[in-house]
Amino acid sequence: MRQIIILSLAALTLSFSSAFSQKSSHGYGIGDTAVDFNLMNIDGEYVSMADYEEANGFIIVFTCNHCPYAVMYEDRLVELDKKYAALGYPVIAIMPNDPEVKPDDSFANMKLRAAEKGFSFPYLMDEGQKVYPVFGATKTPHVYLLDKEKVVRYIGSIDDSARDASAVEEKFLENAIEALMKGETPDPATTKAIGCSIKTKS
Amino acid sequence: MNHLLLFFSGLLLFLVSPLTAQEWTQEDLKIYQTFDEIEPVLQLSNDTTYLINFWATWCGPCVKELPYFEAITERYQGEKFKTLLVSLDLERQITSKLIPFLNKKQIKSEVLLLLDGKPNKWIDRVDPSWSGAIPITIVRKGDHYSFYEKEFHSEQELIAIVSPILNLDK
Repeated sequence: MRQIIILSLAALTLSFSSAFSQKSSHGYGIGDTAVDFNLMNIDGEYVSMADYEEANGFIIVFTCNHCPYAVMYEDRLVELDKKYAALGYPVIAIMPNDPEVKPDDSFANMKLRAAEKGFSFPYLMDEGQKVYPVFGATKTPHVYLLDKEKVVRYIGSIDDSARDASAVEEKFLENAIEALMKGETPDPATTKAIGCSIKTKS
Repeated sequence: MNHLLLFFSGLLLFLVSPLTAQEWTQEDLKIYQTFDEIEPVLQLSNDTTYLINFWATWCGPCVKELPYFEAITERYQGEKFKTLLVSLDLERQITSKLIPFLNKKQIKSEVLLLLDGKPNKWIDRVDPSWSGAIPITIVRKGDHYSFYEKEFHSEQELIAIVSPILNLDK
């Protein structure tokens, strides 16, 4: 029953956000349960959260090739996955832009970039741009940390210093994961950062 | 007579205005290292209408809408109206990207460069509803304030949000 409610809520959110604008403020808040997705990875295989039977949670990051702020975090994403996938918190990257609007973000270019940067995690195409509005992502990069039950526990930025990794004072996402691992509530549970708007046909 | 006066004052403004035929150099940029420094500028509350836009050369939609901001700036020259383009470009790209861009596009509006690299500390101070994606646009005059997290697609769209405010208490 709960599943059905969640699913219909998600469908409602989806129809809402497409009915109004792409810049919808609808989407997940802290405490909401995320609906699973099934999106094509750069290797041609479809990926869902359900594929990860051992996961204690998920680092879902909306990111892309073309945005300088997304690029600034590529190395840090690889490091995060290296550190936390083994602890049960894998990174799953989703590319939300319409590649017809931003050819840099085409499937072929996603493959190239992932190979160049050595992505150890899936880099999924949000085909039809159906998943990002359900999450409520507004920009790249935009991170959602989910727990084992796919409850959203942290939303925002990876850390407090996109431009300069050496100037990071607060590792928001890592602190949130560490809190979950200790059974605590992430604080802060939401942060903000500069990013590129998600590209849609207007 | 009135028209003649308007014409000559317009001509005078044109001749003395620093806004014309400007070759941008780094000295022309107002550079703010911290949000604390720029905040008073963003919160100016007087009888001038401020059109404030956060943008960057690396942001496609921002670059696309910039001509409309330039057009409205020119349209309202001589009025109590000011456009402030707040750039979020990177410090290391001031001379390699930002300055050449301003010259190439012949930007005449005032350009401010905000370098504060800890946006989680200041995004909400710009506007609590801002997600952090750019472009954003603010219209401010006296107590009036409106905030837009969107891309504008014509000068008309900008006029529609600016002119009612510009004409308040006139």
